[in-house]
Amino acid sequence: MAIAIDIEIEKPSVGLSRVAVSDTHGEDSPYFEGWKVYDENPYDEVRNPLGVIQMGLAENQVSFDLIEEYLEQHPEASATWGNGTSSFKENALFQDYHGLKTFRKAMASFMEQIRGERAKFDPDRIVLTAGATAANELLTFILANPGDALLVPTPYYPGFDRDLRWRTGVKIIPVHCNSSNDFQVTPQALEEAYNQALAMNIKVRGLLITNPSNPLGTLIQRSVLEEILEFVTRKNIHLVSDEIYSGSVFSSSEFTSIAEILESQKYRNAERVHIVYSLSKDLGLPGFRVGMIYSYNDQVVTTARRMSSFSLVSSQTQNFLASMLSDTKFTKNYIKINRQRLRKRYEMIIEGLRKAGIECLKGNGGLFCWMNLSPFLEKPTREGELGLWNSILHEVKLNISPGSSCYCSEPGWFRVCFANMSEQTLEVALKRIHDFMEKRKTDQRNHLSY
Amino acid sequence: MKRKQRQTNYTEETITLEMLNSKKASNMRTTNMMTGIRRSSNGGGGSGGSISGNSNSDTVRMNPESHSGGGGGGDGGTVMRIIVPLQGVVQGSGGLVLGSVIPCALFYLLQFYLRRNRSASPPSSSSSPSSKKQLVEASMLLRSPSHLFSRLSTGPAYISSRAYSITNSVDTPYYAGSKNVTEDPYDALNNPDGVMQLGLAENKLSLDLIQDWLAENVKDSIVGAEGGGDLSICGIATYQPFDGLMELKVAVAGFMSQVVEGSVSFNPLQIVLTSGVAPAFEILSFCLADAGNAFLVPTPYYSGLDRYIKWRTGVELIPVPCHSTDNFNLSITVLDRAFNQAKKRGLKVRGVIISNPSNPVGNLMSWETLYNLMDFSREKNLHIISDEIFAGSTHGDKEFVSIASVLESEDFDKSRIHIVYGLSKDLSLPGFRVGIIYSFNDNVLAAAKQLSRFSSISAPLQRLLASMLSDTRFVQDYIETNRKRIRTIYSAFVEGLKQLGIECMQSSGGFYCWANMSGLIRSYSEKGELELWDRLLNIAKINLTPGSSCHCIEPGWFCCCFTALTEKDIPVVMERILKVSETSKS
Repeated sequence: MAIAIDIEIEKPSVGLSRVAVSDTHGEDSPYFEGWKVYDENPYDEVRNPLGVIQMGLAENQVSFDLIEEYLEQHPEASATWGNGTSSFKENALFQDYHGLKTFRKAMASFMEQIRGERAKFDPDRIVLTAGATAANELLTFILANPGDALLVPTPYYPGFDRDLRWRTGVKIIPVHCNSSNDFQVTPQALEEAYNQALAMNIKVRGLLITNPSNPLGTLIQRSVLEEILEFVTRKNIHLVSDEIYSGSVFSSSEFTSIAEILESQKYRNAERVHIVYSLSKDLGLPGFRVGMIYSYNDQVVTTARRMSSFSLVSSQTQNFLASMLSDTKFTKNYIKINRQRLRKRYEMIIEGLRKAGIECLKGNGGLFCWMNLSPFLEKPTREGELGLWNSILHEVKLNISPGSSCYCSEPGWFRVCFANMSEQTLEVALKRIHDFMEKRKTDQRNHLSY
Repeated sequence: MKRKQRQTNYTEETITLEMLNSKKASNMRTTNMMTGIRRSSNGGGGSGGSISGNSNSDTVRMNPESHSGGGGGGDGGTVMRIIVPLQGVVQGSGGLVLGSVIPCALFYLLQFYLRRNRSASPPSSSSSPSSKKQLVEASMLLRSPSHLFSRLSTGPAYISSRAYSITNSVDTPYYAGSKNVTEDPYDALNNPDGVMQLGLAENKLSLDLIQDWLAENVKDSIVGAEGGGDLSICGIATYQPFDGLMELKVAVAGFMSQVVEGSVSFNPLQIVLTSGVAPAFEILSFCLADAGNAFLVPTPYYSGLDRYIKWRTGVELIPVPCHSTDNFNLSITVLDRAFNQAKKRGLKVRGVIISNPSNPVGNLMSWETLYNLMDFSREKNLHIISDEIFAGSTHGDKEFVSIASVLESEDFDKSRIHIVYGLSKDLSLPGFRVGIIYSFNDNVLAAAKQLSRFSSISAPLQRLLASMLSDTRFVQDYIETNRKRIRTIYSAFVEGLKQLGIECMQSSGGFYCWANMSGLIRSYSEKGELELWDRLLNIAKINLTPGSSCHCIEPGWFCCCFTALTEKDIPVVMERILKVSETSKS
């Protein structure tokens, strides 16, 4: 009590909460730092050809034309925005936080299509949120108390530091994965992280995985998923499977959803499993702010619904997407073409990097690749990695995300996004990297010869 | 070994709580206890800030609050809840025998523990950085009891205590009544015996105006607005600023200024847009108060605040009772008394939340009251959250005064003033989910912008609204026509009630009137009020919001929302009330 008052007297104005003044928003990390450099000097083919190319943003722009084409052919879908007389009043007054049934049905079916119909989804278990960011936070609110922890395998999406921790007061305990087994999660690593938490007297409430992995772009194999499920059951903790890139897997048959494992095990232990999904990546619509939680736990569904009043999707957005996603002819075609294009992009960047002498982790999905620059570090440390990152950002003018911002346990890895730009821009980026590597080689040679 | 000792300690604490909760304690309550623990020890969370040291006394204080949780389970559950976790603690090194012996021993120890805690002095803590680590550790110790339960529960996987309190929160009549409406909605033609909704503040009077505007303009604003033919999918599909598009902020600021007839010029840079008013309130609550802190709220107040402000933040609301003798206007004397009482209880008060026009009474705050309130907040170093979501829905002769205009005229510290606004009421578009934080505090704005990522509005909708609200001629016409229509139906409705002998508080804003039905209640108490509410809902088939749902301290007041009605519905409503009022007399 006494200190609270003292602090306020020192300050010129009225005090704020710890949430407001905390730096858990993580904006200081290099991941976001690079964005700022990009924002100040963004590349444009014509207007700013020497600007910074944004390769730190996992956005999918490769299939916009398919959505545009749909809109052209289906003017009635756009009518949901209000000029359709029948739907206007409903849209305007619709306040039910359960979300539109038609939209939840369409979402369930879309998720089934993405998984090659190998898993079933019940629309009544879908809780809509304004983006996956909100979905992940909401689940954390529900699964853990302040001071409790979630296990998250590294490298992980830097935004989790903010999304899972900031307002919830929950901690993240990293599960260290490394390149020796292509960064796969192992039971040993899980056990180690869990015990580490125990030693610190922190209660572990759950494990959060991203499948396909962000930032690795790899898939979690069925056997590993089974081990993970076995682990969380043994520890009586929750499993959150963030599958927001499931439709961005290059080949549908390669991907195994946790939903399929549950189905094959007749939903034993399903009540501890929750899936997070969103239309931001697979449909390339982050501007629409549509995310969701699919939980097999009734209580979580009920509570998440109530909490979703802090993060609702407007009724027009729901109506519009409901009509688009109910059109299975469109969705089937979209999913197929989008996969093909992403694969093409992926192959293009891998090939380009290889020509520059750079290897990547073999990926199967997502909007990025995991690039290994460890052979080129001056020192095999975080500092060495950030030094190279700095050169790439300021000299090569590419914003890529350093592995250390994803808590990667080995220095020298970088996430490089490839779907938020045109092919031409990607070519420019690859050329820049190529030139950079060539220059390094020449410099080194000169250096040696002196 | 050391850890085992510690765990035993947690268990002590847990049982302490159990005992306090009396024999009736149920499984649910045990969990709710944890809410208390969480709240009291929340401070150490992610940010690593200092926390108040003595959480035990806090925990004890919290207990009465947690009784509001649901039932479930029986007496046996309590015993199991105590014994089972203890077995878990000792199983590793002792097994079942110890597991049963230790609880008995602990029980006696706990009697002392409990007594000591009860007489504990108010929280004291130190701000020196060196002690931070200890404090954080302490907070973890206190939180830990809850995990003992989950480890052994063979049933459902563990749910956090804040989630439990939400899962098991019992619907107030405000929400319960609306369920009846959903199941059996009145329709003059198709379901004339259905339930009439007068409990939900929505406005159907002027939707035709918006619909007309959309029909004329919407094609241009969604796809291919600029440059003609260019499908601007990139401008809506990709990532946009989470706190809202600048074009919408500009349009909203203009709309807000039009609503107050130019008396204030709102600045788009002070706006953060959210997906509805609920997250706007919650974000402010997160920014202005820590878990365990409190806001003062004049009663009666909109029952949604209990959810928005408290649910996930752990922040408290302290009611400041207003009385019919003062026309339910806020009295600074009463506010001051509530502040001092809270202080005595050891609560840190962070601010005052007002609604102007008031929800649910409908009266407006005078310049003087606002001035005095700001004076009070300066003296006590408090924030003010002014909920002005009905600012454009005033219908009386009195002029609405925004707190922003008082601020402009006087040399106040602006950084403590925050306005919540939205388009659900004044534009009658709740389905569009647009809430607005308008703050004069740069740090709050910065934090709110960051936090808005958890509740952003979809970009296509923002573009649509931006173009609608930029049409100032339409906006002007809408506001004027809408006000006239509200005034007409307000007069008709209040007159109807008057003829039944029911008087309403003089109100000048909002979609509702505040009716005194104390003459119809059989016992002058909350029970009597709820009994009347029940008869109105189930016999007369009218859903009204009872004053007790709004924390009104005088029984017999009801909030009647009339803007979802047509004028033809009014006689039907009156007839139905008459039916109940006749049975009241008999």
